[in-house]
Amino acid sequence: MNVLHRPPVQGNSERVTRMRHVLVAMRGDKLALFALLIFAFYCLVALLAPLLAPYDVNSTEFMNLENAELAPAWQTGDTRFLLGTDTQGRDLLSVILHGTRLSLTIGVCAVLIQVFLGVGIGLLSGYMGGRLDAFLMRVADIQLSFSTMMVAIVVLAVFQTLFGHAAYQQLAMLMLIIVLGVAEWPIFARTVRACVFAEKEKEYIDAARILGVSKARIMLRHLLPNTVSPILVILTIQIANAIVAEAALSFLGLGMPPNQPSLGALISSGFNYLFSGAWWISVFPSVTLILMIFVMNLLGDWLRDHLNPQVTRG
Amino acid sequence: MLSFIGRRLLQAMFVLLIISFVSFMIQDKMGDPVRQMVGQSVTLEQREALQQELGLNDPMLIQYGRFLGRAIQGDLGTSYYYKEPTIDVIASRLPATLELSFAALVLVILLAIPLGVFAAIHPKNLLSRAVLLFSTLGLSVPIFIVAVFLMYFFAIEWGILPSFGRGETTSVFGLWQSGLFNRDGLRHLLLPSLSLAFVLTPIFIRLIRAEMTDVLQSDYIRYAWAKGISAPRIYFIHALKNTMLPVITVGGIQLGTLVAYTILTESIFQWPGMGLLFMDAVTRVDVPLISTYLIFVGVIFVVTNTLVDVVYSLVNPRVRIPGYS
Repeated sequence: MNVLHRPPVQGNSERVTRMRHVLVAMRGDKLALFALLIFAFYCLVALLAPLLAPYDVNSTEFMNLENAELAPAWQTGDTRFLLGTDTQGRDLLSVILHGTRLSLTIGVCAVLIQVFLGVGIGLLSGYMGGRLDAFLMRVADIQLSFSTMMVAIVVLAVFQTLFGHAAYQQLAMLMLIIVLGVAEWPIFARTVRACVFAEKEKEYIDAARILGVSKARIMLRHLLPNTVSPILVILTIQIANAIVAEAALSFLGLGMPPNQPSLGALISSGFNYLFSGAWWISVFPSVTLILMIFVMNLLGDWLRDHLNPQVTRG
Repeated sequence: MLSFIGRRLLQAMFVLLIISFVSFMIQDKMGDPVRQMVGQSVTLEQREALQQELGLNDPMLIQYGRFLGRAIQGDLGTSYYYKEPTIDVIASRLPATLELSFAALVLVILLAIPLGVFAAIHPKNLLSRAVLLFSTLGLSVPIFIVAVFLMYFFAIEWGILPSFGRGETTSVFGLWQSGLFNRDGLRHLLLPSLSLAFVLTPIFIRLIRAEMTDVLQSDYIRYAWAKGISAPRIYFIHALKNTMLPVITVGGIQLGTLVAYTILTESIFQWPGMGLLFMDAVTRVDVPLISTYLIFVGVIFVVTNTLVDVVYSLVNPRVRIPGYS
C-alpha cells in the first residue's frame, strides 16, 4: 500500500520489524494471504486497466448501439466481447476493468483527504488538549452522528440541483472525492487523538519538550510515527467504505454519470435490463465490487487483530 | 447533571440553527419565488414591486429570521410539485418509512442478538466462525445489490412476492395508513425490510460479539461463576444487560445510516416513503421539499442523539465529565 505518505520514522529498524511481523503472521494465515493476493490483483488490474482492456474506452467507436446487450462469449460464440456488452454497446470487460480503476482511485483519494484532515486535527486535538480538544471532538461527534451516506446524498443532491445535471456530470468525480473525504475525517481524528493521549505522557516526549523542540516538530516527528499502526488498521476498511459509498451514490444517480465506466452506474443501468434477461450487465460488475470490498474488509479485520489489539476499541 | 443536560441542549439548538440556515440558503439560492408565483408575463416594475412586498430585498439575516419564525409555526413552504405545504407532504409519507424501519429493526434484533451472543460465548465453535465470516461478507455486499437480487429472485424469477409499492393499507384510528395489519401489506413489506436487515445485521452482530466478549472477561462475571450461578443466567441476565448499553448507544448513532439506507431501499422497491419522496424531489428540483426534508431529518437526528446522550449519562455517570473518553 503506497497510499500512505509518512515522514521518515526515527531509525528504519522499527518499520522493518513491524513489516516483518505482519508478513510472518500473514504467511501462517491462509485466508489473509489469499485476501492479500486478490487485493494485489485488483490493484494491478486498476493500474494496468488501459493496457489490459481489449477496447479503448475513450475512442468514439467504443459505444456502438449496434452491439448493445450482447450475451457473454460462451453463450453467443461471439469472441469479440468476452463478458458481453452493456446497454450502450460497450464491451463489459473493458468497462469493468476501468470501473475498478475508477472505484479504487476515488476510494484512495477520498481516504487521503480523510487521513490528511483526520491526522492533522487528531494530533492538534490530542497534543494541545483543553478547550480546543473539547471543541474539536464535539464537532467530530456531531459530524459522525450524521452518517456519511446521508451527508453525501444530501450534499450531492443539492449540488446537482444547484449546478444543473449537465454541469454536475463534469464535476462528479471531484465532488465525490471531496464529499467522501471530508465526511469521514472524525474516524481518523479520534483514533489518532486516542493514540496521542497515550503517547504524550511518555518520557521521550517530556525529554523532547525540555530540549526545546517546537510543538509542531514534536507532533510531526515524534508523535506522528507512533500513530501509524492504528491508522493502517482503519485505512483499508475506510477505502472499502468509500468505494461502497461511491457505488451506492452512482447507483442513485448522484455519483458518476452513466456514460462513465463506474461499477455503481453500470449495476444501476443493468438493473433495468435484469428483468428482460440481460443478467450479465449487472451480475459481473456486482461480483467484481463485492469481491473487492470483501477482501479489503478481510484484510482490515486481519490487520486489526495483528497490528495492535489495544486500539480495537478506539 | 443539570449542567450536562444544559450543555447538550445548547449544542442541540446550535446544530439545529446550522441545519435551518443551510436549508434557508438552499431555498434562497435555488429558486425564484417571484417567477414561481407569476410566471414570465409580468413587467419588470411589477416584478420588483412584488419582490419588495415579499421582503426579498431585505438583508439576508432579516429574511433568515422570518424563515425561522415561519418554520417554528410549522410553515416550511409549499411544494412546487404537490402544491401542498411541504410538511404535510412529508407527514403523509412518514408512516411508510417508519413501518419499513420498524420491520427491519425487528428482524435485526431477532437475528443479531442470538448470533452475536453465541459467537461471543463459543469463539472457537465452527458456527461462530461461520457467523463472523458471514458478517464480513454481509458488510461487503452493498445494500442496493442485495435489494436488486432479492427482488430479481423472489419477485421476477419465482414470482412469490410483489416487487414494488406498499400494497393494501388499512387506516388505524383515521390517522395512520398502515400496511402491518393485512396480508398484502405484509407481503409487500417483506423484501424491502429483508434487504435493510441484511446489511444492518452484520454491524450489530459484530458489535454485540465484541462487547459481550469484553464483558465476559470482567471481574463481576468471574465472581458470578464462582458463586455458582447457572450459565444461562450469567449469559442472558448478567452479561447481556451490560452488553446492550453500548449497543443501544451505537444503535442511536446508526440512525443516520438507517435513513440513508431507506433512501436506497425505497427507491429500488418504489416504497412510497420519505426517502423515495426525497429522491423524486431531487429529480423534480422541488426545492422547498428538499429543504424541508433536510430540516425534518435533522430534527429527528438531533433529538435522538441528544436523548441517547442524556439517557446514557444517566446510566453511566462517567461520560458527564468533559474531555473524558
